[in-house]
Amino acid sequence: MNHQHSWDRRAVESIAHALKDKPGALMPILRRIQDELGWVPRDSVPVLADILNLTRAEVHGVLSFYHDFRHEPPGRVVVKVCRAESCQAMGGVALAEHVKHRLGCDFGATSVDGALTLEPVYCLGNCACSPAVVINGELLGRVTPERFDAEVAALHGKDR
Amino acid sequence: MTVRVYIPWDSGACSLGADEVANAIGAQAQQRRLAVEVVRTGSRGLYWLEPMIEVEHSGARLAYGPVTAGDVPALFEANFLQGGNHRLALGVPDEIPYLKLQERLTFARLGITDPLSVDDYIAHGGYRGLERALALSPEQTVEEITVSGLRGRGGAGFPAGIKWRTTLQMSAPQKYIVANADEGDSGTFADRMIMEGDPFVLIEGMTIAAIAVGATQGYIYLRSEYPDSLRVLDTAINAAMAKSYLGENLCGSGKRFMLEVRVGAGSYICGEETAMLESLEGKRGMVRFKPPVPAISGLFGRPSVINNVVTLASVPIILERGGVFYKDFGMGRSRGTVPIQLAGNVKRPGLIEKAFGLTLREIIYEYGGGTASGRPLRAVQVGGPLGAYFPESLLDLPFDYEAIAAQGGLLGHGGIVVFDDSVDLARQARYAMEFCALESCGKCTPCRIGSTRGMEVIDRLLAARNGEKAAELELLRDLCDTMTAGSLCALGGLTPLPVVSALKHFPRDFGLSSSA
Repeated sequence: MNHQHSWDRRAVESIAHALKDKPGALMPILRRIQDELGWVPRDSVPVLADILNLTRAEVHGVLSFYHDFRHEPPGRVVVKVCRAESCQAMGGVALAEHVKHRLGCDFGATSVDGALTLEPVYCLGNCACSPAVVINGELLGRVTPERFDAEVAALHGKDR
Repeated sequence: MTVRVYIPWDSGACSLGADEVANAIGAQAQQRRLAVEVVRTGSRGLYWLEPMIEVEHSGARLAYGPVTAGDVPALFEANFLQGGNHRLALGVPDEIPYLKLQERLTFARLGITDPLSVDDYIAHGGYRGLERALALSPEQTVEEITVSGLRGRGGAGFPAGIKWRTTLQMSAPQKYIVANADEGDSGTFADRMIMEGDPFVLIEGMTIAAIAVGATQGYIYLRSEYPDSLRVLDTAINAAMAKSYLGENLCGSGKRFMLEVRVGAGSYICGEETAMLESLEGKRGMVRFKPPVPAISGLFGRPSVINNVVTLASVPIILERGGVFYKDFGMGRSRGTVPIQLAGNVKRPGLIEKAFGLTLREIIYEYGGGTASGRPLRAVQVGGPLGAYFPESLLDLPFDYEAIAAQGGLLGHGGIVVFDDSVDLARQARYAMEFCALESCGKCTPCRIGSTRGMEVIDRLLAARNGEKAAELELLRDLCDTMTAGSLCALGGLTPLPVVSALKHFPRDFGLSSSA
C-alpha cells in the first residue's frame, strides 16, 4: 500500500472493549469494526492483540482469512455481483463483464475517483431470481445490464 | 372493515420490488381512504410470481402476482381488496398446482404467518413440539428423532438421531447446539427462507435439541450475505425471550437455553462444521481433524450438536406428530420431506418441499416448466458447487441421497441449478477448481494447491492439440484422485465431482471425442 488511510483508533478500542468478554470475541469484534468503519485497518491489529491478549500473528491470521474484511476503505458505493453457478446460468458472466465495463474497474478494486468499489460474491441466496447484484446493501434480482445501469444512474441522482 | 394484505419481506421478493409494492399499497389505501393492514410475511417460494401479494377475503386468501408498484393503482381499480378480477389474479394460492402438489411439513407456515409474532406461530401449530419434548425424557425425544430417519439436510446426510444420542451420552459441564446457517451453495436458499419467513420454527427446533441433549447455550452461525435473516432472527429471539420460549426458565420448566446469532465473514469453508466451530471460537476457519467428532468434542472442546437450519426446523413437526409420521414420507433410506430448491435457467424457480423420490425430470419440467430461455436443457448441477453435472439423459434419477450418490453425485443441501444449451461444461469444470482455490482453508495440500493446478491443467487440456490431450487428461484425472483421497473435508474431497462428471458426460466441451 503506498498511501496511508487515517483510521479511528478510539472507535476500534471501544468496540473491542465492549465485546472482549464474549466467547470467541475476535470475530464479532472484527465484524463490528468492518460494519461500522467499512473496513478493518491493519494498524488495529496490535491494538486488538493487546486488548484480547492474543499475538499479533493470531489477529492478523484471522483478519486475512476472511474475504469480507477490507484492508482499505471502500468507495462510497459498493457493488457486489454474484459469480456463482445459478447466476452464471442466467447470464451472470455477461452481466459481470458489463458491470466491470460500466464502472471502469475490476473485481476487488475501487474506481480511480474512489467513488465505487466492485466486489465479487459467491451466492446471495437469491438463486431463484438470478442473476443477483447488491448495490450499497440493497439486493436486486433478475438484473439485466439495462436494469443495472438504471440503478446506478438513480444512485447518482440521489447523490446530487 | 380493515382488509389484510400479505406481502412478503423475503429478500428474494424484495429484490424484485416487494417493499415498493407495500409502500404503494399503503399510499393508495390512504388516498382512497380504505382501511388496509399490510402484514409482511415470508415467501411461499413461488419466485417467478414474486412479488406475490395475498388479500384476505371472507376468510380465504387470494393471490396476485407478480406485482410491481406500477400495477398497484390498477389493482385498486379492479377492487382487489374484495377479490376483484385482474390480469395478475392467481386465485387461492394453495390451489396453485406448484404449491398444491407439495407436501409442506417444515415449510408449512411460510408466507402465511407473521414471522415475528409468537402468537401467530402458536396459532398455526407452533411450539407443540416443544411442549411434547418438555413432557418426554431426553432419551424419548432423541428416540423420536432417530425413528423419524431425519438426516442432515446441510449436505452430508448424517442421521441426526445418532449425533443427538452421542451428545446426550456425554457428561460435560457445558454443551452447545449450533445451527449451521452458512448456506453457501449456489442454487440454495431454503435456510434463508426459513430464517426470514418462520424463524420460530428454527428457534423451537434448537430448543428441543437443547432439552434433549442437555445444552444450555445455542449459536446460529449465519453467513454475512444474509443481513435480512440477521434482523429477523435477532428480533424473533427477543420475542421468544419475552415469552419465556428462550431464557432462564423455559416455559416454566426450570430449564435454561440461551441463543445468539453469530455472523460469518464471507468464507464458504465455514459451512464445513469444524471450520465453522473454529470461526465461532474467533479463529481462522480451518478444518479440524475428525475424530473427535463435534458431538463429543465440538465448540470450545465441549459436546456440541451441529445441524443445518432445515434439519433443526424439521424437528418441531417430528416431535409434534411423532417420528413414525415423518418417516412415512420418502423412499429407501431417505425419509421425510426435502426442500428442493430449483434455480438457474428455469421458468418457474422456487422451493418445492416434497417427500424424497421425485425424479429430476418431474422437478424440472412438471414444477419448473423447463428452461427460462426456452432453449433445450443441457445440464443440471445438483447439490451445489461440489455437486455433479448431469446430462438430460440422467434426469430420471430420483431425488434421493443414495440414488444421486450412485450416479457419482450428491444431493447436498437440495439445490438444483438448470443450464440451457449455451453452457460450456469445460468452463464450469474450470470454475469448480477456481472456486475451490478461492475458498480452500489451506490445511490440505491437494485442496490448497491442487485446485490451482487443476485450473492450469484444464486450461492446457483445452489448448492442447488432439494428439496431446491424452497426457493432460491423465494428469487431470490423477489430480482429481489425489484431491478426493487426500483432503480432510468435502471442499477438496468433492471438487472433483463437478469436474469428473463434466468430463464424463460432456467430453465434447473439452475437445474430446468420446466419454473418456
